[in-house]
Amino acid sequence: MSFLIDEGRNIQHLLMGNEAIVRGALEAGVNVAAGYPGTPSSEIIETLSKVARDRNLYVEWSTNEKVAVEVAAAASFAGLRSLCVMKQNGVNVASDFLLHLASSGTRGGMVLVTCDDPGALSSVNEGESRLFAQILEIPLLEPGDFQEAKDIIPWAFALSEKIRNVVMVRSVTRLSHGSGNVRFGSLPGTSARAEFVCHGPLLDPETGPIISMILAAPELQHGPQQEKLKKAAEIFETCPFNTYQGPDEPELLIVTASICSLYSREAVRILGLEDRVGILKLAATWPLPERLVKKHLAAAKRILFVEEVVPTLEDHVKVIAAEAAGEIGAKTFYGKKSGHLPSVGELNPDLVLDALARIFPAAAGTGPAASPGGVKDIPQRFTPARGMTFCPGCPHRASYWSIHNALALDGRGGFVCGDIGCYVMGTLPAGFSTVKTLHCMGSGSGVASGFGKLRSFGMDQPVVAVCGDSTFFHAAMPALANAIHQRSPFTMILLDNRGTAMTGFQPHPGSPTNVLGEEAPALDMEKICRSMGAKVETSDPFDLVKTREKLNRLLEYGEGAKVLILRQACALSPEKRGQRKYEVSVDAERCRGENCGCSRLCTRIFGCPGLVWDREKEVSRIDEMICAGCGVCADICPAGAIVRKEVAR
Amino acid sequence: MNPKALVRDPFSVIVTGVGGQGNVLASRLLGDMLAAKGYFVTIGETFGASQRGGSVMSHIRVSRESAWSPQIPRGKADVIVSLEPVEAVRVLREYGNPGVVFLSNTRPIYPVGVIRGELEYPSLDALREAVARILPGARFIDGTEQAIALGNAILTNIVMLGALNRLAVLPFEREDFRQAVGRRVASKQVPVNLMAFDKGYGLAG
Repeated sequence: MSFLIDEGRNIQHLLMGNEAIVRGALEAGVNVAAGYPGTPSSEIIETLSKVARDRNLYVEWSTNEKVAVEVAAAASFAGLRSLCVMKQNGVNVASDFLLHLASSGTRGGMVLVTCDDPGALSSVNEGESRLFAQILEIPLLEPGDFQEAKDIIPWAFALSEKIRNVVMVRSVTRLSHGSGNVRFGSLPGTSARAEFVCHGPLLDPETGPIISMILAAPELQHGPQQEKLKKAAEIFETCPFNTYQGPDEPELLIVTASICSLYSREAVRILGLEDRVGILKLAATWPLPERLVKKHLAAAKRILFVEEVVPTLEDHVKVIAAEAAGEIGAKTFYGKKSGHLPSVGELNPDLVLDALARIFPAAAGTGPAASPGGVKDIPQRFTPARGMTFCPGCPHRASYWSIHNALALDGRGGFVCGDIGCYVMGTLPAGFSTVKTLHCMGSGSGVASGFGKLRSFGMDQPVVAVCGDSTFFHAAMPALANAIHQRSPFTMILLDNRGTAMTGFQPHPGSPTNVLGEEAPALDMEKICRSMGAKVETSDPFDLVKTREKLNRLLEYGEGAKVLILRQACALSPEKRGQRKYEVSVDAERCRGENCGCSRLCTRIFGCPGLVWDREKEVSRIDEMICAGCGVCADICPAGAIVRKEVAR
Repeated sequence: MNPKALVRDPFSVIVTGVGGQGNVLASRLLGDMLAAKGYFVTIGETFGASQRGGSVMSHIRVSRESAWSPQIPRGKADVIVSLEPVEAVRVLREYGNPGVVFLSNTRPIYPVGVIRGELEYPSLDALREAVARILPGARFIDGTEQAIALGNAILTNIVMLGALNRLAVLPFEREDFRQAVGRRVASKQVPVNLMAFDKGYGLAG
């Protein structure tokens, strides 16, 4: 049994931020949870699935984030409490439905948890989900530490039910993936009954249908929606998670939220400014509690905003300050716009410390030195950079090898359009720099569909798109449908590694099991593509010869969309882990090293971490600790010096 | 005997290594042991597919007072425990200071640039010498060798925890480890983990 469903009130556990959010949802009596995997959010749905049976929950990994919000909304419409979870980019995907949902309103409490990734530590871009709360006109909460990550969830559910609308809670990587002490509250009973009451009058929020349809009468829905937001703003004035720490009349007021509040506190302490600087940590960050903010603004002449990504807190507080200028006087503002804090990347205590040191130069001199002498003198040559690459035995390396070589041989300047997954590394030498466009989920196929139609403008470069198996269902199917219907001659390569590998092997609609490990109908990608009208081939990417043959055939094959499924499970997948198909070795007699003329093809170009260039002996060798035994390198050595032997079972 | 209290509050520990080495489990176990003793523990880490094979680190803050920033300020680490020697130096340059307690595994994991022959991996002797010039008390142990002898290189993280215990800078005992590991790994794995812990304790003697 997971300790997350420990009944004991007031006991403490060390929880990851995402686990704290889960415990908060359980204490709130959540009934339904849906999401799509994405770092740093994935552990929330995964952890909920582990207690689903004990807590009588319905949990699913949905096909994409928009569907996840729709699934969660249905539960709310039927009077249940529901949670939907995604990374920041997911909110972009879900935003269409969310805009309508915010307009129609909800019934049972509904909370949208979004996990942002300032600094893009595990993302393709540095996004910002807080702005969506503004666009959607729904309330936004940002927990400031691990205890709050738990406590704020039941509070968010209660707020959602008070205003009858979805409430957004935003976490960030350092909170979601950090850990801290969390004191538990009690768990409610687990009986819930769902019924969608929908036969009442059209606009009756209790018994009518739930629709988002204004038809030239915005006052009927947009008006009530804004009233809900006003009500939330009023409730936010006394939100227990807005806190202030510092003197009554600080020389500087820090306005901050989320994990940045901890950075601020640490920086203030290091500089010994506790008696001079106050920290207003807001958890209710949209709409802002205006009276509370005004009160604190009135007490200080100088304000520093400490927040990550886009300066939204800064903008909103400045509006309040401008409106109240006559009453509270003129202020000096510091933050991203003044250049005291960087406008990109995640923050940390040092960056806040630097900003404070610029505002309080005297205090900076008295604080302990930020980088003590000595350690920096260790020469940098002792720390060679650790570049990113595919894992040993990764099918993507083999796939890109074949794609790269097929396009090079074709000689017409062909290229690959990519999207999101481990295979983003196709843009790097790890994937032989094969991928030339990279954007969001499924976008490689859509962009390739467009390129394919540029032949009438004289473009004859072959166009290839790569797409993962989970991504295929998430967002690439409409692009393929488009390409087939428009007769766009591109080749879609499905890198089917049997799961949502990058985020930890979550199942998708093509998987034979669901998040609970129960048997589930697996959609057959091959049949889907064929019935959509594409010419389809399937190959094992580890079989370089057959893969090349099929790829060449598809590249040359006439008009319309073609699909090549390259199927081989991820090297880290539970089914493969620790199992080697081959014992691989280098025959030192046959490896001629630098004299071969291959220019160290295996170590320098193919670059599998299991293959090492031995500087002393000047030959390649296999690092048996690292080699995953896929055997692909045996087929790339022109001298036949890499030998593989099937492991007896 | 380990200290009963922290010499500094917050006390800051970094566990570092290469993605896939068990960094996260080591930091959780350390955190669990200290949280069970009533300390506020804040762990900062990043993980995800992009970290595999790359440099990873966990920042652990221990305090009697409250949660602290999950990122340790530059130069403010009190203890550095590393599963890989180059990573140990990387963290030392950024977060270390002449007073830091330093414990590193000696087994290298080569960066992809080294494998390709583009970068050079430093000799271990030179690396130890460079560290010792600033930190005469720096400790290097071959934790991986012990872990392999126990049947699995992945136990290196536990060997290092045992060695850390011997250095007596944090208030936890073998019994605390036994309880913590029992909650994080399958029960049949507990004995081998305890053996790894003891091996590490022995190595740091």
